[in-house]
Amino acid sequence: MSLETATLTATAVTNAAATEKSLLRFLTCGSVDDGKSTLIGRLLYDTKLIFDDQLQSLERDSKKHGTTGEDIDFALLVDGLEAERQQGITIDVAYRFFSTPKRSFIVADTPGHEQYTRNMATGASNADLAIILIDARKGVLPQTRRHSFIASLLGIKHVVVAVNKIDLVDYDQGRFEEILTAYREFADQLGFTSIQAIPLSARFGQNMITRSDLMPWYDGPCLLEHLESVDVESVDAQKPFRMGVQWVNRPNLDFRGFSGTIHSGVIRPGDELVVAGSGKSSVLKRIVTADGDLSEARAGTAVTLVLNDEIDVARGDTFAHPQARPEVSDSFAAHILWMTDEALQVDRPYLIKLGHNYIPARVTRIEHKININTLEHEGAHKLDLNEIGLCHVRLSSPTAFDAYELNRHTGSFILIDRFTNATAGAGMITQGLNRATHVHRQDLTVGKQARQELNGHKSAALWLTGLSGSGKSTIANLVVSELHARGIRTMMLDGDNIRHGLNKDLGFADADRVENIRRVGEVAKLFVDAGTVVLCSFISPFASDRQMVRDLFEDGEFFEVFIDTPLEDCINRDPKGLYAKALKGEIKNFTGLDSPYEAPDNAEIVVKTERMTAAEAAGQIIERLRASDLFSMYDGDWSI
Amino acid sequence: MSNIITYPVSDHLKRLEAESIEIMREVAASFENPVMLYSIGKDSGVMLHLAMKAFYPSKLPFPLLHVDTRWKFADMIRHRDMIAEKYGVKLLVYTNPEGVERNINPIDSGSSLHTQIMKTEALKKALDLYGFDAAFGGARRDEEKSRAKERIFSFRSAGHVWDPRNQRPELWNHYNTRINKGETIRVFPLSNWTELDIWEYTRAENIPIVPLYLSAPRPVVKRSGMLIMRDDERMPLNPGEEVEIRNIRFRSLGCYPLSAAVESEADTLDDIIAEMRASRSSERQGRLIDSDESASMEKKKKEGYF
Repeated sequence: MSLETATLTATAVTNAAATEKSLLRFLTCGSVDDGKSTLIGRLLYDTKLIFDDQLQSLERDSKKHGTTGEDIDFALLVDGLEAERQQGITIDVAYRFFSTPKRSFIVADTPGHEQYTRNMATGASNADLAIILIDARKGVLPQTRRHSFIASLLGIKHVVVAVNKIDLVDYDQGRFEEILTAYREFADQLGFTSIQAIPLSARFGQNMITRSDLMPWYDGPCLLEHLESVDVESVDAQKPFRMGVQWVNRPNLDFRGFSGTIHSGVIRPGDELVVAGSGKSSVLKRIVTADGDLSEARAGTAVTLVLNDEIDVARGDTFAHPQARPEVSDSFAAHILWMTDEALQVDRPYLIKLGHNYIPARVTRIEHKININTLEHEGAHKLDLNEIGLCHVRLSSPTAFDAYELNRHTGSFILIDRFTNATAGAGMITQGLNRATHVHRQDLTVGKQARQELNGHKSAALWLTGLSGSGKSTIANLVVSELHARGIRTMMLDGDNIRHGLNKDLGFADADRVENIRRVGEVAKLFVDAGTVVLCSFISPFASDRQMVRDLFEDGEFFEVFIDTPLEDCINRDPKGLYAKALKGEIKNFTGLDSPYEAPDNAEIVVKTERMTAAEAAGQIIERLRASDLFSMYDGDWSI
Repeated sequence: MSNIITYPVSDHLKRLEAESIEIMREVAASFENPVMLYSIGKDSGVMLHLAMKAFYPSKLPFPLLHVDTRWKFADMIRHRDMIAEKYGVKLLVYTNPEGVERNINPIDSGSSLHTQIMKTEALKKALDLYGFDAAFGGARRDEEKSRAKERIFSFRSAGHVWDPRNQRPELWNHYNTRINKGETIRVFPLSNWTELDIWEYTRAENIPIVPLYLSAPRPVVKRSGMLIMRDDERMPLNPGEEVEIRNIRFRSLGCYPLSAAVESEADTLDDIIAEMRASRSSERQGRLIDSDESASMEKKKKEGYF
């Protein structure tokens, strides 16, 4: 064994008792065989975190699977899963813990294999710093760029460029500087606050825990020294107050508190706060914890808030500072990293978990995808596994959020497959969008489809035909209000609003009746072009007239709804007193009496009103519409 | 009015505490029928203590479940019942009736079959019996290599199968709690705690522990280089074995014939923590079930072991 540990460990004796010790979460990334696991194994070993029994098992494993001859293979220490040990690659994120007198560390060991980008993003999502490993012999590789880009995308501000295996290039300063120059060339676009390059050998422990005298030309810190001192203090407490409500705490009628963890900012009893979604405000009365009430709580604290007023608050709501509120919108632009085999498709329904809410959502547009080797933008209609794109996302209801660069907690989300419940993607919000910016910008001619996309559903005409008094308008009204409540755009046309305006020049002669229906059909078509679901309630007794209207529409856009009510029922109901007048001969050509009604024989929907209430009839119609593809884009909640 | 509470715990422990509480609240709000696996040990003690904090002033919104193999130390069972009483929580105790019927035990059946039937199978049966859709466990990532890769919210397909190749990525603190019928989630709120954190928190918060963690003179036999405490008469002595009284304690507690003691004079928490800092062996060293082969924990986890 060629371990330089005996004298080295003295600086790294574990002493977790120090109260003010800070925490650094970092991840290691690099290409296959760059030595990530070796580097972590070495850190753990040299900071005394490897126990004797683990070392024995390590020595056994080294002989069996190791790649370092007689030496201990530190990589075997951290490559946990059996298959990984056999294949010699790390295929999942592993978390490691060690501490020195100055800091506690949580290390995410993430895979370098190309197809496992998602695991790196997972590790990066909670990290403050990334160690990017570069094999001194190979220099900057495509994966180096890829990992650096992902680190920056996930908001990591501090990077260590660990130029590993420096022993294999004879500790050559020129080679080190060449690599550093190549790295800076593209990393300068990535917005890191600090880039510290360190030449080292993880295997031999050079420039790891102590500086090596084999590289006198290097005057920077060794790795541990840098990890212990780099300033990554969280600024969450200085940001505007945010807290997502996780759980409503209601032990009895006298106590109603809202439990959650403060994402950012500071709050004290007496402070005003608002519920971001509803805009309702109250004053904070108490900050309750099991250890007693607090007079102040800062970002990162798990608390239960009690308010002065009984305002409406539920799980998923976000409390915010009234002068610095998050955005509330149902659409935003976000970078999405796709993490599952089945590609992300535009307009496919997904669930988004944003804060503590699951929200039906879909990607309405992929602005571009990012080639993570060149950082160039490319057009795309879908995102495959490990691809990253800037997408427009539309939620089924408005929700509070911040831009990711302003707040990592309230600006990030995951996408979930609605069928398998797999975590399919991760998103970082760049900005909110209003409805108008949602529409395809290059699309100069706004057509029916664009309007339908904007509305979130397709459009159609429902043609309700039936005798006078059969219940057409009543049922149509109910359908309209049910659809409207679910955010579906509707319009209603019936004899009353048409005959008093558009068609007030028409009478009831056969020719006028035909013209009446023709005009109504054309108006209905305009509404369908406008992306609306239009309900037309007209007796329209003649099959030929109804056919004329049907011919105006494309397949699937026209639903003939036959309100089938027996004549006797209509006469008995006679809501407008028309049958009475007609029976007395005061109205001529009255349908059903002295003018025929040609019942449809191929209506899309037939409603038998003697068997159901008007509400049931409306329900039947809505069910039929939902069975068509009219609402295939719709991602709202039908159950309300 | 109120004052700033100065915790007797470090900032580091406060961060861990807050993270665990957030995880527990997420489970209580997202699942219909969660349960907390309570194994009586030091980790379970911390986990329960955190849960009481998470929902204060409400009561614990889920029960505890102890899978009793019938071979736990008598001190553990006493401690369990005392804790349920003290915290006022609902405690379910489950023993695999099939194992009882076949008289599965660590002496005659061997450690591997005993663990399989009385722990792994028993746990699955208990979860199915009560229809629990989420189960908290006190496992930590620093315990063992395959646990280092475990998610905090660990998805199990129907039949409680863990597939390490197909784990849900876990980003930020956005835990995916969605499951279909028959599927379950195991939740590990202590994932990011280390053994040292557990002891320091136990000391700072004055959490009750099983006395076996502290050194005392106890009856032991030396077997295969390990010190095994003879907790009752059910454990027969091998030829040549002699019960001696030694000052011992345990770093990890399980079925008594399968838990090796360490010789120690540490009889206070301060001593334990000091001893641990100087220690050169891991806590699972005393777990006889782990040492068959290096990947044996991963195997057990795939089968449904916690």
